[in-house]
Amino acid sequence: MTDIIPFARLMQGNEAIAEGALAAGARFFAGYPITPSTEIAEILAKKLPLVGGKFIQMEDELSSMAAVIGASLTGSKSMTATSGPGFSLKQENLGFAVLTEVPCVVVNVQRFGASTGIPTATAQGDIMQARWGTHGDHPMIALCPSSVQESFTLTIQAFNLSERFRTPVILLSEEITGHSRERVILPDPSKIEIINRKKPAAGIEKYLPYKPDADGIPPMANFGEGYRYHVTGLTHDQSGSPTTDAEKASFLTNRLHDKIMDHLDEITMTESFMTEDADVIVIAYGAVARAAKGAVRKARDMGIKAGLFRPITIWPFPAKETASMCAQAGSIIVPELNLGQLIGEVEKVAGKENRIIGINRVTGGMIRPDEILDAIKSEVRVKKHAK
Amino acid sequence: MSSQNYEILLSGTGGQGLILAGQILAEAVIRDGKNAVQTQSYGPEARGGASRAEVIISDGEIDYPLVTKPNVLLAMSKPALQKFIGMLGENSILMVDSTYIDEIPATTARIYQIPCSKIAREIGKEMVANVVALGALAAATGVVTKDSLIEALMSRIPRGTEALNQKALDMGWNSASQPAA
Repeated sequence: MTDIIPFARLMQGNEAIAEGALAAGARFFAGYPITPSTEIAEILAKKLPLVGGKFIQMEDELSSMAAVIGASLTGSKSMTATSGPGFSLKQENLGFAVLTEVPCVVVNVQRFGASTGIPTATAQGDIMQARWGTHGDHPMIALCPSSVQESFTLTIQAFNLSERFRTPVILLSEEITGHSRERVILPDPSKIEIINRKKPAAGIEKYLPYKPDADGIPPMANFGEGYRYHVTGLTHDQSGSPTTDAEKASFLTNRLHDKIMDHLDEITMTESFMTEDADVIVIAYGAVARAAKGAVRKARDMGIKAGLFRPITIWPFPAKETASMCAQAGSIIVPELNLGQLIGEVEKVAGKENRIIGINRVTGGMIRPDEILDAIKSEVRVKKHAK
Repeated sequence: MSSQNYEILLSGTGGQGLILAGQILAEAVIRDGKNAVQTQSYGPEARGGASRAEVIISDGEIDYPLVTKPNVLLAMSKPALQKFIGMLGENSILMVDSTYIDEIPATTARIYQIPCSKIAREIGKEMVANVVALGALAAATGVVTKDSLIEALMSRIPRGTEALNQKALDMGWNSASQPAA
């Protein structure tokens, strides 16, 4: 496979996710098709068997998520793909995967609205659900692609992070990115960095499935290789047995949190565009960041010092990086295809002197670059008056 | 700084193959070595209902993936024409399927009236009206080379329909050699 020369081709966002999964080494998919994510299942149904993998269409989303967890416990890199209504149904088992530390990737190609909404319309309504959709204190990693090319690379990244940290990773795409087709260049497969889960060094007799190494992450034995251990959603000790011991409960909850938060340098990805000298910074993610970039370019053409900051890793929220944007610029504009979800995270880290302005659209359509440009221009006017 | 985008809006009714036409066009553009983004908007129904495909062509990075001010509007139904004609700016091109559209509201756009569906019917199947339109649009705008367009077309159609599609593309291409109005 090393002689493949990277070439430009037209690819759909959902197709790029499927190709990214294969490139990352995914060998199991269980799902229940739902617009606008269906192409991912369709493509993997065709392609997984060709590489010795398995595709199962389950009876619903609950069982799909359960099957993904089971497959991953046997050592297969596993994933599922869905949209809002199905994402709701996966939450219980998603929490199970967090607590039992089973690596897997859950793709949510967001569509418009609460409940079944508008299946073919785009939105960014599941930002907070990705963070807090499943109950209890738990860490979460979620990545937000804003192009077809990035749908490919971030899917690989999602698998790598899930394997590295033994945790589910959510890929939060959007209908518009999932269904867009654009020019992509796939890298040479031999040049793609692949991370695999850490295997136990100790013998079978000594294996404690939830005893962490110094980095907070326990090595993971695959079922079927002779190891026998208990996997439970109940709070457990290092042997995997349920416990109600206060110290052990606290240790587990904190460790799950810390294994992510202590390694933010490996997890946080952001893009800064013309922010160095910016007076007004737009903080945008996913497809909306593209409208924002267009607006920033137009503003610069007009001599306005505007910039774009784009969280690519949306959870954990890049708080430190956002705080430095707030320190740089007086005005922060946060356009979102929801009634204001990520803006709350920005407000948490902003200074008292910052003006934080949301642009919110819930029509099923996009926010246009000129709408963001108008907001940038009116911030410049506000500043002039203040002087 | 941002490079100039060329924006194309293909509009009509679900089932007319506009999204496929958009994909073929975008792929042909990439084969020519340029950048392209293709998006779409459609309802839950497989046929009927409004449908549109958007293609943006650029030599550089394409930020916003949707058409804001089309350089070219293809309208293959009356409702689509009514809905989108107002978006056209200066020096734009309007192409209509004159099989279904006989009246065109006042516009400064250069107009091509091509009986795409009628031509397609005459050569075998109305289903290839999208390919007739694609050939006409490519000839009228010069945004892609004919070679790339044919390559892209052949890679995305069912086997056994090559001759029909090639003919449809040629008929469309020839029909748009000069503006009708």
